[in-house]
Amino acid sequence: MITIEHSLYETLRQIADSWALVAMGLSFLVLVAWPFRPGMREKSNEAANMIFKDENDG
Amino acid sequence: MVTVLARAGIWLAVLFLAVIGVALAADGGFAIHMGIVALAALIAVWFTISGADYSAIARGILKMPDQSRYDDDPVRWGVIATVFWGMAGFAAGLFIALQLTWPVLDFAPYLNFGRLRPLHTSAVIFAFGGNALIASSFYIVQRTCRARLAFPGLARFVFWGYQLFIVLAATGYLLGITQSKEYAEPEWYVDWWLTIVWVCYLLVFVGTIVKRSEPHIYVANWFYLAFILTIAMLHVVNNLDVPVSFVGSKSYPLFGGVQGALVQWWYGHNAVGFFLTAGFLAMMYYFVPKQAERPIYSYRLSIIHFWALIFLYIWAGPHHLHYTALPDWAQTLGMVFSIMLWMPSWGGMINGLMTLNGAWDKVRTDPIIRMMIMSVAFYGMSTFEGPMMSIKSVNSLSHYTNWTIGHVHSGALGWNGMITFGAIYYLTPRLWNRERLYSLRMVNWHFWLATIGIVFYAASMWVAGITQGLMWREYGPDGYLVNSFADTVAAIHPMYALRAFGGLLYLSGAVIMVVNVWQTIAGKLRSEAPMHDAAYDPEADRPILAPAE
Repeated sequence: MITIEHSLYETLRQIADSWALVAMGLSFLVLVAWPFRPGMREKSNEAANMIFKDENDG
Repeated sequence: MVTVLARAGIWLAVLFLAVIGVALAADGGFAIHMGIVALAALIAVWFTISGADYSAIARGILKMPDQSRYDDDPVRWGVIATVFWGMAGFAAGLFIALQLTWPVLDFAPYLNFGRLRPLHTSAVIFAFGGNALIASSFYIVQRTCRARLAFPGLARFVFWGYQLFIVLAATGYLLGITQSKEYAEPEWYVDWWLTIVWVCYLLVFVGTIVKRSEPHIYVANWFYLAFILTIAMLHVVNNLDVPVSFVGSKSYPLFGGVQGALVQWWYGHNAVGFFLTAGFLAMMYYFVPKQAERPIYSYRLSIIHFWALIFLYIWAGPHHLHYTALPDWAQTLGMVFSIMLWMPSWGGMINGLMTLNGAWDKVRTDPIIRMMIMSVAFYGMSTFEGPMMSIKSVNSLSHYTNWTIGHVHSGALGWNGMITFGAIYYLTPRLWNRERLYSLRMVNWHFWLATIGIVFYAASMWVAGITQGLMWREYGPDGYLVNSFADTVAAIHPMYALRAFGGLLYLSGAVIMVVNVWQTIAGKLRSEAPMHDAAYDPEADRPILAPAE
C-alpha cells in the first residue's frame, strides 16, 4: 500500500515539474502576449476609456 | 403568486429545520445558532409575504424591474453594512490591542483575547472587506457592462445571506464555536451556508456579465471574477470537514498533519491574495480612474498584472510554513513564488499611481484621490515587505513575532482600508443622489488620522517584532538561551501601548467617516471653506498710485 502511494506521488510530481510546468508557462506567455497583438493599442485605449462613457451619453 | 408561495415555502422549510435543530441540538452553541437561523428565516417569511404586490398579481400584471435603471438597492445596503461592520471590527481590534497591553481587560470566557481575536479578524476582513467587495462589485459590474443587475432576488439573498453568515460566525466565536483554523474559524454548517450564498453571488455576477451591452469586459470585472471563483475553491477545499453530529457544532477536518497545515495556508495566503488583493484591485482599477477622471495609465499593463498575479499567487502559501515538517522543496517553492510576486505587485502599483501622471495636483486638492493614492502606495509597501519576509533567512527572524502583525496591518489598514474609504466616499453621494459629500474637510481629517495611526501601528510592531526575534535567538556563552519568554513580553510592553494608540487614531478617523456618511445620506451639506482656491488678496487688487512728487 505504501509503495503504491509513493509511486503515485512520484508520478504526479514528475508530471507537475515537467509537462504541467511547460504547459502553464506557455499558457501564461500566450495570455500576457495577447494584448500586444498588432492593432491592440487602439482597442486597449478604448477599453480603458469605456468607464467614462456613461458621463457623455447618460 | 407561485413564486411568492415557493419563496415563502423555502423559508418556512428552513424555519422548520432550524426549530428541529434547536430541539435536538447536541450542544448549547448549536441550539443558539439554530435559534438565530430560525429568527432569520421567520423574518424572511414575513418579508416575502408582506412585500408581495397582491393587487398586481390578482390583475395578472407581471411587474418587471425598469431595465433602464441600475439596480442599486443592494449596493446602498452594502455601503451602510460596510461602515457598520467596519466600526465593529476596528473597535474590536482596539480592544484586543488594549487587552494585550493590559491583560486585566481579559474578561473570560466570552470576552477573552482568544475569542475576540477571530471576531476582530473576521469582522474586518469578511464583514467590512467582504461587504465592500460585494457592494462595489454589484456597482461596478453594472456600470462597466451597461446592464442592470441579473437575478435581482438572488442579489438580495446574497446580501442578507452574507449578513447571516457574519452574525453566525461572530456569535460562534464568542460562544467558543471554532474549528481553530486561522481566517477559517466558522464551523461546518456556517461553511455550508456561506457556500450557498457564494454560489448565488457568482450567478448574479456572471449573469450580469452575460447580459452586458458593452462588448469588452472591463479589467475590474476580471479581478472580481477571479476573486469570486478562487474564494469558492479555497473555501470548499479548506473546509472539507466531517461533523461529529448533524445537530452539533463540532467537526473534524479531512486533512491531518502537515497536509492539513499546507491546505490551511494554501487557503490562508490565497485569502490574502484573492480576497484582499484581487478583489480590492478591482476597486482600484475602477475607482482611481473615475475619481481622477483619467483612464488607467496602461490598460495592457493591467492585463499583465492580472495574469501574473493569478499564476503566481496560488503557489505562495507554503511560506507560512518555513522550518516546519513541510518538505523543504515546498518551502522553497513558496518562497520563490512569493519573491516573483514583486513584479506584478509593483507593476500594478505603478499602474495605479501613474494614472495621476500629469494631474498630480489632484493629490493636493482632492482628499478622496489622496486617500486612494495612499492606499495604492501602501499596496506597494506591503507587497514589498511580504516577499522580503518570505525569504527563509528573514523569516527565521520575523516569523511568530509582531513583525508579521505589523506587515498584515500595513496591508489591511493601508491598502484595504484606505481604498474602501475612498470607494465609500465616491459611492455615497452618487447612490443617494446628493450633490456632494457632507464635508470634504472631514475626509481630510479622516485621511490624516488614519495615516498617522498606521505609522504608529507599523513602526511599533517593527520594533516589537525585531526585538522579539533577536531576544528569542540570543544564546549565552554557556549555550543556554539568555531570555525567557516573559522577558520578551515585558520588553515589548511600550510597543503594545503605542500600537493601541495607533489603533485609536485609526478608529477615530473611521468615526469621522460615520458622521460624514450619515449626514450625506441625510441630505445635509456642511457649509465650509473649500479645501483649495486660487489665492486672492483684495488689498493688493488695486492700481499702484504714482508716487507723490
